[in-house]
Amino acid sequence: MQAILRAIDAFLERPLSAASRGLVLLGMVALIGGGLLPLWRIQLVAPQYEEGLTLVMYSHAIAAGHGGQDLNEINTLNHYIGMKPIVQSDFAEMTWMPFAIGIFALLALRAAAVGRIRHLVDLGVLFLYFGMFSLATFAYRLWSYGHHLDPHAPMRIAPFTPILVGQQQIANFVQSSLPLAGTACMGAFLMTVLTAIWLSRSEAS
Amino acid sequence: MTPRTRLFTAGGLLAAALLTPACRPPGSRAAASAATSPAAKTYVAPGEKDQYYLFYSGGHSGQVYVAGLPSMRHIATIPVFARYPATGYGYDEESRQMLGEFTWGDMHHPGLSQTDGRYDGRWLFVNDNANNRVARIDLRDFKTKQILGPIPNSSGTHGSSFVTENSEYVLVATRFSVPLPKGRYADPQRYEAEFNGMVSGLAVDPKNGTLSVGWQILTPPFNWDLGSTGKGPSSGWAFWTSYNSEMAATNLEANATRLDRDYAAIVNWRAAEQAIKDGKGTITGGVPMIDPGKVPGVMYFLPVPKSPHGIDTDPSGRWIVASGKLQPVASVFDFEKIRQAIDRKEFTGNVRGIPVLSYESLLEGDVPVGLGPLHTQYDGKGNAYTSLFVESAVAKWRLPPWSPEERKDLNKVVLDKIPVHYNIGHLVIGGSDTKEPYGQYLVAMNKLSKGRHISVGPAQPESSELIDITGSKMGMLAEAFTEPEPHFAQILKADRITPIEVYPKGENHDPNAVWSADQTSITRTGNKVVVKMMAIRSKFVPDTIEVRQGDEITIHLTNVEQTTDMLHGLGIVEHDMNVVVDPGETKTVRFKANKPGVYPFYCTNFCSALHQEMQGYLAVKP
Repeated sequence: MQAILRAIDAFLERPLSAASRGLVLLGMVALIGGGLLPLWRIQLVAPQYEEGLTLVMYSHAIAAGHGGQDLNEINTLNHYIGMKPIVQSDFAEMTWMPFAIGIFALLALRAAAVGRIRHLVDLGVLFLYFGMFSLATFAYRLWSYGHHLDPHAPMRIAPFTPILVGQQQIANFVQSSLPLAGTACMGAFLMTVLTAIWLSRSEAS
Repeated sequence: MTPRTRLFTAGGLLAAALLTPACRPPGSRAAASAATSPAAKTYVAPGEKDQYYLFYSGGHSGQVYVAGLPSMRHIATIPVFARYPATGYGYDEESRQMLGEFTWGDMHHPGLSQTDGRYDGRWLFVNDNANNRVARIDLRDFKTKQILGPIPNSSGTHGSSFVTENSEYVLVATRFSVPLPKGRYADPQRYEAEFNGMVSGLAVDPKNGTLSVGWQILTPPFNWDLGSTGKGPSSGWAFWTSYNSEMAATNLEANATRLDRDYAAIVNWRAAEQAIKDGKGTITGGVPMIDPGKVPGVMYFLPVPKSPHGIDTDPSGRWIVASGKLQPVASVFDFEKIRQAIDRKEFTGNVRGIPVLSYESLLEGDVPVGLGPLHTQYDGKGNAYTSLFVESAVAKWRLPPWSPEERKDLNKVVLDKIPVHYNIGHLVIGGSDTKEPYGQYLVAMNKLSKGRHISVGPAQPESSELIDITGSKMGMLAEAFTEPEPHFAQILKADRITPIEVYPKGENHDPNAVWSADQTSITRTGNKVVVKMMAIRSKFVPDTIEVRQGDEITIHLTNVEQTTDMLHGLGIVEHDMNVVVDPGETKTVRFKANKPGVYPFYCTNFCSALHQEMQGYLAVKP
């Protein structure tokens, strides 16, 4: 038992190879890209909206199609079923996500500079938690919008959950939702951290 | 198969696909499919004529648009509730008096006159939702002959113009409720207590079509929406949907959609007629009115899915279909069962003394037609077609009788669906509201065209789509655009009517008509000047009118032509006056010569080679 713990300890104290450090730096660039590029796209298509109504989620903002008008249109339509208007200020994560991404970038920089494997393990675990938490809050928000419908709305429909990945029919709309480049960058960052650990697994201390 | 042989095979198939069309000999399938293509089906060659008239309501333009089917070409505009300089409507004395104080109207649902439950081609009735009027157009000359109204005790004649089987009545119900008699103030907060709606029977003179208020039925302040008249087993009855059984006066979007059911009115109009004959009405606002809570047998309420829109009787008169706008079903009721329930007094309660029927026991079935069902039309072959506003589609489905399996899952009676562009409101099948629908074409009247036309800026036209309903599947044929805003239309077989093309001289009984230059005159009586003028290619006689400033001038203008399409106009410069006289017609204009000077007048409607020379002077001495 003791031996296993000591082996883990020794593993965590292994320094990072030059390749791993380079990879982490590369990952950091991807991470910053993730903070700047669009993360997710939600689209609503109906016969009278052939070109679709589009919302694009960034870590720091919501952008809507047709110069932002699509968000107004979606909110106008949603009032018929009593859905709460979607407003950016309700998305608290859009203030803390950019901050968190900055922290992760700094941690990645530290790992690259003075790094040992345990720095990458810390980074990887925290980032995984951050990623899961962000996805979960996003999913919860979608659920929440579809489940807190005003009972006095003109149209009463059964509560629903907008789909997170894929597409589904909601009344006359086909709703589709897909991760975009920013999310891929976030994933790539995690992969670089894991790969960096793998590459330095036998590095002499 | 090696990759290489696969590649070769694919290449071979591609070559075959590219070559085959080119190899097809002329006159083969390609040519045949061209003949049955939508383009061929709607093509009316130059010189050929359309098969059907399509009478669109013009919405808040106040006019009727006449198009031809299947070409969808706009052929004429019949002005009704608004001035129309193109035909001089609203400038001559007769049409000015018809228009009264109003400059516009909001036309909704045109209804053709009927004899024995079939279009007889005599009149087209149209309503004005804004100013509570109903007008009659004579299809002999396509001219507005009467505007009745504002109708007493009524506000918002949306629920019209529904013509009974033998044109006994044009039935009207109010969209809005107001404190009665009109002109009385009451606090809108006291809506439920102080406001009322109304159902009116406008009697139609069987000889000349003249409309007059026959009777009225007082209703609770629900918002009556749309209706239809009965035939066959439902002969003598009429139906309207309502919204706002909540009786809300503000924010109706939310407050009038709270309850799961609203009421349809089932009205026995023959009983209403009889009740008035029996002296059971009271004269209110100058017309006889019945309180249905006190006169039993006139009105019943049937709960229907909330905020319904259309309620349409099928050609047999047995099935009544109400569409639940906010619920994705068309509710089918059997009138024979309704009749039985009424005879056996099977009521679940009453509203202000008006018996309420049982929704559950009278419902034949809720057909899951799709989202936002509004109106239903029939092809006379047992099929119904419902417009789906939210879904932007038309659903075709089968009327009862249904098999036990179909009853279990009414999705099985929904036969077809076709997308339309976009957000369809009304739809029309020729003769759907008669015993014998034509069953050939359906016209979808879409509320939004959303840029399907070459752009004309932000004010977009409406789109209409012609759909072939002769096959088991509906087929999209053509699209046309109209000005705002068709709310319903009527389709009439072209050979059903033979409009006149000139007014025969012998039928012109205007005492001021003149037919030759020697009959024309200018007569002064005090400061009134009466001119009897004739118009003929290419002159006005007289062509100089001398008056004094302040004179009242009356011009009786007769177009003495008896040739088709030889119209003349009289436009007077800087006098806001333009009248158009058809061949054989006499029109009268009256105005004051307020300004001194010499004002040319001229023919506005191009007539002949010397049309430009057809002019004269109004000389006003100070």
